[in-house]
Amino acid sequence: MKYIDEFQDPELARRLLDDIHATVTRPWALMEVCGGQTHSIIRHGIDQLLPEQVELIHGPGCPVCVTPLEVIDKALEIASRPEVIFCSFGDMLRVPGTGRDLFQVRGEGGDVRVVYSPLDALRIAQQNPDREVVFFGIGFETTAPPNAMTVHQARKLGIPNFSMLVSHVRVPPAIEAIMSSPSCRVQGFLAAGHVCSVMGMGEYPELAERFRVPIVVTGFEPLDILEGVRRTVRQLERGEHTVDNAYARAVRAEGNPAARAMLEDVFEVTDRAWRGIGVIPQSGWRLAPKYRAYDAEHRFSVDGIRTQEPAECRSGEVLQGLLKPHECEAFGTLCTPRTPLGATMVSSEGACAAYYLYRRLDMPATKAQEATPVV
Amino acid sequence: MCLAVPGRVLDIEERDGTRMATVDFGGVVKEVCLEYLPDLQVGEYAIVHVGFALQRLDEESARQTLELFAELGLLQEEFGDPWEVAAAEAAGSEPVEEVRNQ
Ligand code: SF4
Repeated sequence: MKYIDEFQDPELARRLLDDIHATVTRPWALMEVCGGQTHSIIRHGIDQLLPEQVELIHGPGCPVCVTPLEVIDKALEIASRPEVIFCSFGDMLRVPGTGRDLFQVRGEGGDVRVVYSPLDALRIAQQNPDREVVFFGIGFETTAPPNAMTVHQARKLGIPNFSMLVSHVRVPPAIEAIMSSPSCRVQGFLAAGHVCSVMGMGEYPELAERFRVPIVVTGFEPLDILEGVRRTVRQLERGEHTVDNAYARAVRAEGNPAARAMLEDVFEVTDRAWRGIGVIPQSGWRLAPKYRAYDAEHRFSVDGIRTQEPAECRSGEVLQGLLKPHECEAFGTLCTPRTPLGATMVSSEGACAAYYLYRRLDMPATKAQEATPVV
Repeated sequence: MCLAVPGRVLDIEERDGTRMATVDFGGVVKEVCLEYLPDLQVGEYAIVHVGFALQRLDEESARQTLELFAELGLLQEEFGDPWEVAAAEAAGSEPVEEVRNQ
């Protein structure tokens, strides 16, 4: 147990691990849904501390990774227009579209700005009434309510030069899609804690029942993850499949009702394409008809974009837990954080980036060498 | 971006009809919207995501999480300059992250 001293509470970590080791009698495959959890797991070597029978499969929970190429290309197109100030969270800057990224658009003269909060973009719109301000609204259920509130505010304050390019995604339909796939090996889920802080746990019992799969709401700190694994494995060993909350300090069963109400007002559920995966029914949000005036796709005509994914990139399989990043041929050679082929190598929450940064040695030695980042 | 960071409310005011707070994240101070946690009070802790308080947190868990995030460099990732990071990546020096030798 090499890394255990680095845990915040090594004694507790050891107890949780001992308990997991004592409970497991046969192989189990669990999926952590959230990219933040993936990073925590790889960084702390949690997967290596667990008994060999417990396999952690990395899930699709990184919004930057799953935003479809078509939407990235639309963003690039809008951001290139001279009248536009394009606002985005910082981690979208280097996500490759077809041929370029937002960072390059800025180099070519586009007015691309990084904001910390969507409300910052609204303020920029107020300060620049003669420009069109477009905010790139991506993210899961945690990010959607802030973005919803921003559109709501834009309408309330009558700010005409603000719009949003919306590509929000929802976790439960993704879980459903993963479980419905014939090649699915997942037997239990560590659900994303902060998504549940907003949405609560109401969407999960039906999924747990239908697929007979335990779903344990889990935080992303190392001890949280160990506790999530412990509870999931305990259920599996007992043949149970319930929804359990291992992140009670931040998740209440009802979530955040005010945020959920705003989501329902501003957005409507729609089918969404996930980068590398394809369309998952009912898995996203778009602006509801009464907010259509704030829809950047409506305001700027950006249809007819031709997208092209690099043929080598297998991020779709990575995102569905069918392939480990280092099993991709391009990993660490053609594809690095400097020359990313897929979004999973760019995003700070992407699985390929996690494997690259923490140089996992469950890859062939020569590849590990090539993949060593130059620091 | 998906990271939600705990912070402590320093003060609260109405702006444009919206409840806003100044929030301290282990030294970094930011504006935060309280519309989703309207009864949050000065001195309390909450999980904040992209400028919105989403859920209350007790002081002890908030402190522990903040310490851990600082240790992992995640606060830098969240509040640092993304242009610098993007430029460094494009220029060829990898994002500065500790590499674990095994
Ligand atoms: S290593 Fe690169 S090319 Fe391979 S799946 Fe990951 S992002 Fe795509």
